[in-house]
Amino acid sequence: MKKEYVYRAFERFWHWTQAALIIFLGVSGFEIHGSLHFFGYENAVHYHNIAAISFLILIAFAIFWHLTTGEWRQYIPTWKNLRAQAEYYIFGIFRNAPHPTKKTVLSKLNPLQKIVYAGLKVLVIPVMVITGLLYMFYRYPQKYEVLSLNIKNLEAIAILHTVGAFLLVAFFIMHLYLITTGQTVTSNLKAMITGYEELEGEPHEKKKYPEVNEPVLSK
Amino acid sequence: MKKIFFALLLLGASIGLVLTALHKNSTESTPLSELRKQYSQKTKPSVDHSLFPQLKKKFTKPQQVTAACISCHNGRTEEVMHSTHWNWERLEYIKGKGIRAIGKRNILNNFCIGIAGSEKSCTRCHVGYGYANTAAYFTDSLNVDCLACHDNSGTYMKANEKAGMPDTSVNLNFVAQHVGKPTRTDCGACHFFGGGGNNVKHGDLEMALFDPSRNVDVHMASDGADMQCVDCHTAQKHQMLGKMYSVSSMNRNRVQCETCHGSMPHTDNVLNDHTLKVACQTCHIPVYAKVNPTKLFWDWSQAGRLKDGKPFEEKDSNGTDVYMSIKGAFVWGKNVKPDYLWFNGTASHYLVGDAIDPSKMVKINTLYGSYDDPDAKIYPVKIHRGKQIYDAQYHYLIQPKLFSDKPGDGGYWGDFNWNRAAEEGMKKINLPYSGKYGFVETEMYWPVNHMISPKEQTVSCTECHTRENGRLANLNGFYLPGRDYNASVELFGKGILLLTLVGIILHGGARIVVRRKRSKMISNSKAETISAKSKGAK
Ligand code: HEM
Repeated sequence: MKKEYVYRAFERFWHWTQAALIIFLGVSGFEIHGSLHFFGYENAVHYHNIAAISFLILIAFAIFWHLTTGEWRQYIPTWKNLRAQAEYYIFGIFRNAPHPTKKTVLSKLNPLQKIVYAGLKVLVIPVMVITGLLYMFYRYPQKYEVLSLNIKNLEAIAILHTVGAFLLVAFFIMHLYLITTGQTVTSNLKAMITGYEELEGEPHEKKKYPEVNEPVLSK
Repeated sequence: MKKIFFALLLLGASIGLVLTALHKNSTESTPLSELRKQYSQKTKPSVDHSLFPQLKKKFTKPQQVTAACISCHNGRTEEVMHSTHWNWERLEYIKGKGIRAIGKRNILNNFCIGIAGSEKSCTRCHVGYGYANTAAYFTDSLNVDCLACHDNSGTYMKANEKAGMPDTSVNLNFVAQHVGKPTRTDCGACHFFGGGGNNVKHGDLEMALFDPSRNVDVHMASDGADMQCVDCHTAQKHQMLGKMYSVSSMNRNRVQCETCHGSMPHTDNVLNDHTLKVACQTCHIPVYAKVNPTKLFWDWSQAGRLKDGKPFEEKDSNGTDVYMSIKGAFVWGKNVKPDYLWFNGTASHYLVGDAIDPSKMVKINTLYGSYDDPDAKIYPVKIHRGKQIYDAQYHYLIQPKLFSDKPGDGGYWGDFNWNRAAEEGMKKINLPYSGKYGFVETEMYWPVNHMISPKEQTVSCTECHTRENGRLANLNGFYLPGRDYNASVELFGKGILLLTLVGIILHGGARIVVRRKRSKMISNSKAETISAKSKGAK
């Protein structure tokens, strides 16, 4: 066992800010949707708009970070061990079996995480962003001087946005629970706060991130 | 570490930038403070009419007053004679019916139905003296009643049932010496009493506006801007701005809030976005008939009940007429939430002689518009429902003669005989009457435009953006956030949330149970080995 620096500062900042924003967008969004009453409708609309813009900015930085560090490769889905990982959650975890995949600095995500996170990144979040922006900038059919998109009906946009929102909330709840399935109940949480986590096996080499211009993480 | 610091700094800065961008104010509208300044300058008359010798000469006939007026203001009566106030009709293009001259003169409604046969009484509110439906009357400029609108003494009054002649109590010289711009008192004397009583017709125009508080109307408030009708209903050559869709059809000559307030009057851009599809009145008139009730339903079929051969009236506990033998039964409403509909500024009308289907509700006027119509916005309206007389054989609405000045002239209010009233009324409008009548349900739409409330009382977001019983619950064909949702998506969403929670509880519970067992087993086995050891030691 070795203590390793797994989550760098930006990554942790991104993770926690994103978490906060999604919770906030979820609560304000579902108030707009009519499902709950919390901020007051008018506030919910304003907060949702502001949080949405902040989220977009965060996403822009996160994309930049993922590309420049090559970390995006962590999310490439794989079939390998997918079944084993699923079986671990269904059976192994109750028998105190070891995690089927080893968490290392170069491969921090297990196959299930890879597939789910990749799904969020290429499907759910983009759908939320696109429908959200359309929601923000569409106008009803009109002919006066306001420059905007003339979209006949909001319904399709709103429905897609709502589906995505439900998926994100479900993901969020599941995510909270899965945090507790690390080496110990709190080890995952501690790692995302401090950046350091006890990992099995040999310590990783010092240089974890490729230099600019250097081909990224050739496999 | 440095890099992170800069990244954070950049992030913070860009969020700040975006937030300030989101909060930019629109510069388009005139700020309220400017408008207040502008309208607090009350104009003073430039001359004192009480000093003019022409107005000191004793007037014995009202036409002499008009002659005196035009001896200085020459040409003005001709302007009036081109106005709707005088003609009670104007040319309108009506979809499907073409260009027609319509107005009070020939349009039917579901209040007192129409003027034909009752001119003597109805034309008390005509801007002329001794109304007669003849060319000679309409071309004689001395018949124009200048005082009805320009009296500033507050003493001018027209007589009952005298076709627009002034009341005998009026001192014409005194009134003529105290003339000026029309006041709310002048306009209200007719416009607040349409339909035969205070607030009967409009619901948002009534005598409370002679001296309203800010809560009743922010513009006309005596304790506020104290604006007069003509501040918004401006006039060029006696052609007033504004009209009502009970008697007009085209999208023209309207008084618009935007003229003063601009099309983006809010500092909040989300609210400004609403102005594309929601009329100002929709949010800023939360209720109409704020002070006195307005008629919502008028059932003519109940009219004619007599007590000892005499007509009678019944009032409710507030002193409002709920039954009159001459008019039938009424339902009134106070503090009424408007109905809402899509309206593009054009309307259609039931015109005399149009065929009806008596088994269906007849729309006396139709306001056009839909969600898809780029000109349409959501407007508040008062819907007035009625049950009124129609020809059971020819299937059109009947214009009955109501007013009666001598027994046997057919006027319903004297004879209480629908057949005779229909006969006489229809003769007036040159349509045959079959001799068979019935009563048909009718509906009329009155856009609500006055009684703007202080902003604290504005309709709030969730009065429309709400799942159930919102103000716009009946407007369909578009997606309204907070009201609308897709049932399957809702089911799917709630389903996966429920499954997730149940899964977590089962899985987590199992983990806890398994762990407890295991730790017990471990401690048991430990205890066994210890006790075995200690036994062995003995
Ligand atoms: C960049 C991302 C996002 C943008 C630009 C965005 C934008 C918007 C906008 C403009 C609205 C309509 C509000 C209004 O009518 O003023 C909305 C509604 C909503 N948003 Fe978002 N949003 C985003 C992300 C999210 C996320 C992450 C969630 C949930 C976790 C969410 C949940 C909702 C919900 C439930 C609604 C109500 C939909 C309806 O009932 O029609 N949004 N969003």
